[in-house]
Amino acid sequence: MIAEFGLAALWFAAALALLQLVAGSLALTSRGTALAALVRPIAMVQGALVLATFAALLWVFAVTDLSVKLVAMNSHSAKPLLYKIAGAWGNHEGSMLLWVTVMGLAGGFVALVERRLTEANMMATLAGQAFVALGFYAFLLFASNPFERLNPVPAEGQGLNPLLQDPGLAFHPPTLYLGYVGLSIAFSFAIGALVTREVGPAFARAMRPWVLGAWIFLTLGITAGSYWAYYELGWGGWWFWDPVENASLMPWLAATALLHSAGVLAARNALRAWTVMLGVVAFSMSMVGTFLVRSGILTSVHAFAVDPKRGTFILGLLAIYIGGALTLFALRAATVTEGERFSVTSRESALVFNNVMLTGVLGIVLMGTLYPLVTEAFGEKVSVGPPYFNPMGAVFVVPMLIVLAVGPLLRWRRDSLKRVRLSLLAPGVIALGCLAAAIVLAPGKVLPIIGLALAPAIALASLLPLRGRKLRQVKLPLWGMVVAHFGIAVALFGMACDSAFTTERLVAMRVGDTASVGPWQIRLAKIDPVAGPNWTALEATLQAGYKGSAPIETHPQARTFWAPVQNTAESALLTRWNGQLYTVLGDEAEDGRWQLRLWWKPFVPMIWLGGMLIALGGLLALIGRVWSDVRRAIARDKIAYRRERQGR
Amino acid sequence: MSETAPEASGMRWTRWLPLALFGLFAVVVTWGLVHPKDDTVRSRFVGQPLPAFDLPAAADGKPGLVSADFAGKPMLLNVFASWCIPCAAEAPQLTQLAAAGAQINGVAIRDHKEDLAAFLARNGNPYVRIGADNLGKVQLAIGSSGVPETFVIDGKGVIRYQHIGDIRAEDVPMLLGKLKEAGQ
Repeated sequence: MIAEFGLAALWFAAALALLQLVAGSLALTSRGTALAALVRPIAMVQGALVLATFAALLWVFAVTDLSVKLVAMNSHSAKPLLYKIAGAWGNHEGSMLLWVTVMGLAGGFVALVERRLTEANMMATLAGQAFVALGFYAFLLFASNPFERLNPVPAEGQGLNPLLQDPGLAFHPPTLYLGYVGLSIAFSFAIGALVTREVGPAFARAMRPWVLGAWIFLTLGITAGSYWAYYELGWGGWWFWDPVENASLMPWLAATALLHSAGVLAARNALRAWTVMLGVVAFSMSMVGTFLVRSGILTSVHAFAVDPKRGTFILGLLAIYIGGALTLFALRAATVTEGERFSVTSRESALVFNNVMLTGVLGIVLMGTLYPLVTEAFGEKVSVGPPYFNPMGAVFVVPMLIVLAVGPLLRWRRDSLKRVRLSLLAPGVIALGCLAAAIVLAPGKVLPIIGLALAPAIALASLLPLRGRKLRQVKLPLWGMVVAHFGIAVALFGMACDSAFTTERLVAMRVGDTASVGPWQIRLAKIDPVAGPNWTALEATLQAGYKGSAPIETHPQARTFWAPVQNTAESALLTRWNGQLYTVLGDEAEDGRWQLRLWWKPFVPMIWLGGMLIALGGLLALIGRVWSDVRRAIARDKIAYRRERQGR
Repeated sequence: MSETAPEASGMRWTRWLPLALFGLFAVVVTWGLVHPKDDTVRSRFVGQPLPAFDLPAAADGKPGLVSADFAGKPMLLNVFASWCIPCAAEAPQLTQLAAAGAQINGVAIRDHKEDLAAFLARNGNPYVRIGADNLGKVQLAIGSSGVPETFVIDGKGVIRYQHIGDIRAEDVPMLLGKLKEAGQ
């Protein structure tokens, strides 16, 4: 019953999206202005309906209704409730429903609160949002119905991939999706602006909070995903340049560029066409990423249920939306290109440089991700990994990081390097000092050396915009920038330290044996069997002492899940302020010795700390922007109210 | 210092560049969709003779399994366990294969006699012999990393094919074909 209710609500929501598209488009013509009043309420009701659909899916998963095919395929009655619910989006159909849910909610929310744009621009934007949503509704209803029933009803479900049964991962996909699909708002704004030819500071200011919001979620999602891969896969790495990781990185790079160019457009009315272009590209990257992941044309460590028919459907959607938006851009760009001019040494130029470099990295990642596909067309199977991505990405990232230190100090429109020369002296000296130290400490490792030299300098430089200001009067968006840039330095330091100073050992130990890795002495105290709700495991008790201090216990496990059957290694982490001890329990050898993999990773947690700081910076900027918008709106209402009273 | 406008109206064709790049992307991925990729990982043991093993009987009424049993004609070697749910799912397909004349020998991984008897009673017993591999040693020795897996062994005891995962209905004719191939 609940499943049928969900399906009905989905059909209704799709119908409303169609109505929203038609009414919104007609409202742009001279005859259809009467329809304009309908569009906003339709968008809000559509959002509410699709939310109800998603709630219905959560419900059938929570109660393990095995008559629903999707539940039977992806859940099991013995799972803990959290993973039953998380199972709702841990599969193709459910995640696509999550996708349209976020799209519908975002569209409804825009309709509810956005008042800065002209009415025509708003109509075009909401029509655009409905147009994009319609394709995904069609995809769900015709090719991936999540509420399909199963007859006869099976006695038990097939379970969820054990790797996905982790509290961090339960909330990883929704976070990423909020980011991916939140960018659809920027896409619709760009379409609306192109259709109505209204590209200016008002458009940038309206779009910026949405991009910021989506970007915060993307940042958090990528950070969390990286940490999950780090501790769950048991390989000790935190980024594998896997297609699925790249699929989340590409929208982030585009959104980061968009944030910065929207800043230029909002403050200086420059970079008009470029900002619109990025608005289109950011969400296009979300869709391209989804396509690459879901169509199965690339090999990935992430196993998704793959169906070429679905791939064809999504490719069709890509052709319509991305192809259509880029055609519209090519036709209309001429009418929006001209913007304010600026000098080579200026804040704008630094941001343009940032944009070009980010776009360069985006191109490198996209090419590296697609390259195996291109070579396969010529009959050769290759896998593109760190040897390509790291140096090629660094070509763009290193200059960008240097400009990141300088740019925020420059004034808008026209400035001279002479003025900021003195402020940059200290970071410059630090960079050279650290460079020398890094060459001594980690000889021969080029990229880590560059990272170690730049990170402290950027950390200092990122604080410089605060110099000479009263800290209590600094506006939130400036704090946001400072915190985010500081976060980049922190993350960079973590990455460089991990590559430069990690020590790894693979040992075979009997119970009672001691081994050392880096500054740690590790004793294998015992191996015990333990049991969880749907798994059993062998658990090692390791007593780890740091430089002779009192040992701390840590417990890596080798787990066996029984529905479905799979073995996973649960790594154990011991975190100190200066790094992490990472241990993995392997197999027992014939002679009774246990394989253990031990890593000492100095400062590695700073990678994710940096990621969280970057997201926090975004949050501060978002709060600052929204707060000033709200205050402005209240002031406007007051004036309008006063005028009205005087008029009487 | 010159005044620059990075987006000066410039040449018209540049505006079509993004669309052209997207077109290129679409061509590449369309090709990828039309030509599904070959992801199969062939076992290093395919083409190798079975390693020597001697497993005791796993269930009452069925003899144990010795590597020398694979002689004379091509047979299937099914690696399974009573605690494995996909194994129950593939049982009807195994029964179908047996009915079509295939001789199936089983290797039960880390199992108990009572559990196995219940499993066979519930799901049918298409096996001629079932060996008990309580430590999973034979499983590892023949290059199997999970349950269920099914191997095609020819009349000389050489592994000819490895099927990973449960046998679906559409795999039945394929496996019969492999058996026939192994007999030639």
